[in-house]
Amino acid sequence: MASGLRILVPVKRVIDYAVKPRINKAQTGVETAGVKHSLNPFDELSIEEAVRLRERKGPLKVENILALSAGGPKTPDVLRTAMAMGADRAFHIDVGDSADGGPEPLTVAKMLKAVVEKENINLVLLGKQAIDGDQGQTGQMLAGLLGWPQATQASKVDVKDEAGTVEITHEVDGGVETLRAKLPLVITTDLRLNEPRYASLPNIMKAKKKPLEKKTLADLGVEDTRRLKTLKVTEPPARTGGGKVEDVDGLVSKLKELGAL
Amino acid sequence: MIPIARSSVLRAARSQIYAARTLTSPASLARLLSTLAVLEQRDGKLQGSYASAIAAAQKLGGPVTAFLAGSGVKGTSAAEAAKIKGLDKVIAVENDAYEKGLPENYAPMLLENIKTGDFTHIIAPHSAFGKSLLPRVAALLDVQQISDITAIESEDTFVRPIYAGNAILTVQSSDKVKVITVRGTAFQGVELEGGSAEIVDGVDTNAPAQTEWVSEELTKSERPDLATASRVVSGGRGLKSKEEFDRVMLPLADALGAAIGASRAAVDSGFADNSLQVGQTGKNVAPELYLCAGISGAIQHLAGMKDSKVIAAINKDPEAPIFQVADVGLVGDLFDKVPELTEKVKSA
Repeated sequence: MASGLRILVPVKRVIDYAVKPRINKAQTGVETAGVKHSLNPFDELSIEEAVRLRERKGPLKVENILALSAGGPKTPDVLRTAMAMGADRAFHIDVGDSADGGPEPLTVAKMLKAVVEKENINLVLLGKQAIDGDQGQTGQMLAGLLGWPQATQASKVDVKDEAGTVEITHEVDGGVETLRAKLPLVITTDLRLNEPRYASLPNIMKAKKKPLEKKTLADLGVEDTRRLKTLKVTEPPARTGGGKVEDVDGLVSKLKELGAL
Repeated sequence: MIPIARSSVLRAARSQIYAARTLTSPASLARLLSTLAVLEQRDGKLQGSYASAIAAAQKLGGPVTAFLAGSGVKGTSAAEAAKIKGLDKVIAVENDAYEKGLPENYAPMLLENIKTGDFTHIIAPHSAFGKSLLPRVAALLDVQQISDITAIESEDTFVRPIYAGNAILTVQSSDKVKVITVRGTAFQGVELEGGSAEIVDGVDTNAPAQTEWVSEELTKSERPDLATASRVVSGGRGLKSKEEFDRVMLPLADALGAAIGASRAAVDSGFADNSLQVGQTGKNVAPELYLCAGISGAIQHLAGMKDSKVIAAINKDPEAPIFQVADVGLVGDLFDKVPELTEKVKSA
């Protein structure tokens, strides 16, 4: 049935994982201006997995890999990175810049559903969570809206046959679990899935020539409604180190003093 | 004059009554608040941080109903849940098809039970089970879920960490039904005995399972569960190998009766199992004592443990960021210090 894999890889541009975010003075969000941004680490894993599915030459050939991102004017940067890693083409859904991390997961899931249907996608590979909002919802919501099977937090993806049977090992509390499902399918990726490659300079140059289409939510028939209103964003309660001790005896007596032993 | 005055007085009195009625309506709305706590169960036993879902539900006020599905749950996990103090009732759906908690058939079934029971709040723990299931349910309800909350301010306002716990977000939901996952360590204090809730049959939609459960590999351990342990001993890259990790860290954990945790570096290098990873993308823990060795304290690791009551760190680098959050720090070689500590804990 499934003649080949037509993969959609949604990606997000987020504040770089090594940067400690600063909260703005108005307490409405995190300061994003002038802060280093990069591709959400989990999304790198999704792109890498899509490219590896092509390289592995499994029973199902990868027909094409579409990278997609919703965001402001700098979003094409991460889409070019995705294409330099091996995605064939990209959609930039222009939603403008916003301080609150962009459209909510439900809206993103609806947007992705529209793209899946228009582009005849049969495999969606998403990161398990974006490291800014830490919500971990989009993949599951998309699978729910499409009525497709889902495999979250995948650490191994194995396409078994031409009929589109896929075995996925995924991380659960206390270990791993293996599931079998048929395409079409939604998979979210976990850190253990693979090690993303670096885009080489020739590939970065080539990526500049790959097609990047700009679209809007309205083109996809989706409205950017917000169900959650940010009341405030604050600093977490600060913890200060209690100082150092000289030796193990000092450690033991300090722990006793703190009531931890 | 007088009759007119009387009628106007009457009218005023009547409008008072109407006004009073409209005023009472928000209160009656609040009374309609009704929460479904979705509990995880396996092999007839309640799993993981299930109690946190009930604790959060009780915090909201209003009646709390527990929900369970799986093989023959009525005599086992549902009976266990029915003993929890303060539950209105327990809805149980007995069907082998839900035993593994596969979201493809569990979600539509749960959805029907939510609609039938007219619940305003749906709460599950932010565990692998809750994380995989609830967003699917939320999408089917056309609701924007609120993940991993750490506090409840009111029936529509919730607090949750973002950016690996480096910022705390307070959000207000305008959805009719609130779908929420809760951080296990943030909600406690449920009395597991003393209740006698009625167990009732839920709606079974018998939706086909699109996913087939093949197998699982769970780490067997006699030690306490990492997410709920009162003491956690955690090791990082500094342990150098799995052999050293086991040789140095396990005796200390045993001496303290602690669960074992690990940093991402330790897990990636194969020193410890993936499921023991503490941090933004692993488990969140908040034990009485978090004792770590050979962990530098990256943002992503701190996200998973900085709510611990007492943090102790052993590291040979005096500049390691972990010392900025540790209540007590010891600079030294963990290969000397940890075994020495183990001996002193044992003899104490």
